[in-house]
Amino acid sequence: MRRQQRWSRRRLMRALEGYLFISPWIVGFLAFTAGPILASLVLSFFEWSLIRPPRFAGIDNYVKIFTADPLFWQSLKVTLIYVVVAIPLQLAFALFLAILLNQKVRLIPLFRTIFYLPSQVSAVAIAVIFLWIYHPELGLLNELLRYVGIKGPAWLISERWALPALIGMSLWSVGGAMIILLAGLQDVPQHLYEAASLDGAGEFAKFRFITLPMLSPVLFFNLVLGIIGGFQYFTQAYVMTRGGPLNATLFYALYLYLNAFNFLKMGYAAALAWILFVIMIVVTIWQLRLARHWVYYEYEGARR
Amino acid sequence: MDRSRSFSSARVGQEHMRQPGQWGVIGIGRAFASRRRFELLRHAITYLLLCTLGFAMLLPFLWMVSTALKPDALVFSIPPKWFPRPWVWRNFIDAMTILGHPVHLYARNTVIIAVLGVVGVAISSSLVAFGFARLEFPGRDTLFLLVLSTMMLPRFITIVPQFILFQKMGWLDTFKPLIVPYWFGAPFHIFLLRQFFLAIPAELDDAARVDGASSFRIYLRIILPLSKPALATVAIFAFVYHWNDLLEPLIFLSSQNNWTLALFLASFQGYMMEPRWNLLMAASTILTLPVLILFFFAQRLFIGGITVTGIKG
Repeated sequence: MRRQQRWSRRRLMRALEGYLFISPWIVGFLAFTAGPILASLVLSFFEWSLIRPPRFAGIDNYVKIFTADPLFWQSLKVTLIYVVVAIPLQLAFALFLAILLNQKVRLIPLFRTIFYLPSQVSAVAIAVIFLWIYHPELGLLNELLRYVGIKGPAWLISERWALPALIGMSLWSVGGAMIILLAGLQDVPQHLYEAASLDGAGEFAKFRFITLPMLSPVLFFNLVLGIIGGFQYFTQAYVMTRGGPLNATLFYALYLYLNAFNFLKMGYAAALAWILFVIMIVVTIWQLRLARHWVYYEYEGARR
Repeated sequence: MDRSRSFSSARVGQEHMRQPGQWGVIGIGRAFASRRRFELLRHAITYLLLCTLGFAMLLPFLWMVSTALKPDALVFSIPPKWFPRPWVWRNFIDAMTILGHPVHLYARNTVIIAVLGVVGVAISSSLVAFGFARLEFPGRDTLFLLVLSTMMLPRFITIVPQFILFQKMGWLDTFKPLIVPYWFGAPFHIFLLRQFFLAIPAELDDAARVDGASSFRIYLRIILPLSKPALATVAIFAFVYHWNDLLEPLIFLSSQNNWTLALFLASFQGYMMEPRWNLLMAASTILTLPVLILFFFAQRLFIGGITVTGIKG
């Protein structure tokens, strides 16, 4: 009886200690995450310019966004194009680099460093460098194109080429996804390849029937993260184009930022943020469902 | 090593068992006189790709440094000069002042924010991670799931109310909004440290407890000293994050004396005004260099840090 009591008191102490240790996160979560989420939901039903007191607006913000704001649709379109085109491209390129880095040749650590490096450099610095590279007359890219006899477009000041230019630039910093894929590649059991070789499988067959399925959880993880990041694409567009020319690169996050901090429409921006959040959740859940058809987990495979 | 050996032994086996039609998809291999020649070609192609792509990856950096070292007259020369003569090292000093900006102030601000952010996030995240990894309390796993799910939360959903909150607290245009929230732990770092702490044998804790050590003592004397690689990884990630971040300085800082380097570079937009590109590239180099140096010295940690988290499904 007495022992039991002492034991439970010790347990209670341990539990209290546990809460004490994680208390920084609890406080931070309430103050900087949960609180603001609630506040942003409430705010989205208000009109507030920070200067005049907030005015309750009901669902006006949402109605206006969907019925009377062509820029909302434009920014959604730009963002969706980016997510649908750039993210798969990045993933494919990252996979290609990871496979290249998984070859057994010399100097691999050096190349690994070189390919990973750009993903760690400030997006602002990259944006500024590429402003210079994409310069219509003096830029490096058009200079190189001139060598092969192509007259390059005006890139960032061309309505048609600005978004492709940003998408192309994004391929340059796929290092993060590449490293995770490389780790995944190194985890693929070698005996599978050996068995396949004995069965006479070629390189392509091995890639298609061993590498891809074994890698699919990592690919999926990167895809989901990439999409979430893609919906929040901001820095490069802000630095390089500010949404121009003619809103051709008006990304959703940029439009949201402008509403909140340039036009000081706090309630409107909060409503935009919630719509983005809902879209992201829907897309992520959709991805999770799709994943059942193409993501392969070893333990499931055993059952089949 | 082991892997490559078994790999080649499989190939040897394959040589023996080769039969007509067995190569199927790999038909290309057959066209070569021997397997070895095929491997040689494969190596050559791999190197060619690695070098070409590696060069493409480095090209923008090289172009940045090359421009940063050019005298004004050479910046606009066509075709571009890769190796300007003379190299104008002064551009780096001029970039600090001549663009009409107190760039040295921006650099100082960036360092202050990054260092305070790193120290705060390392201490708080390790405390929280210790709680989640080494102590038992009701609701622990649910709470940890909550930590993980906040990683997925879009930044823009919280930043508008945060702006209003910091305005009410009088924190706008100070460094506090950029630093203080990170003193309450960051989900990714909590996750990373927890993974690492879990791998440390529980017997160490038990032995220390028998000797009468408190949980805090165990955290400080046993877990932290054993976790130096993980802590270093967290510190590097956090430093790179704060050093590179644009969004938060853009929103929370206003007066020019409080700017960070990223904010300064972002203020040159488009081709509307033709800035002095050589000085701008010198400033870009200054922003990039610390990360490159950090990367150079901590390369193994950097790459290991991501793979250690065991993200694989």
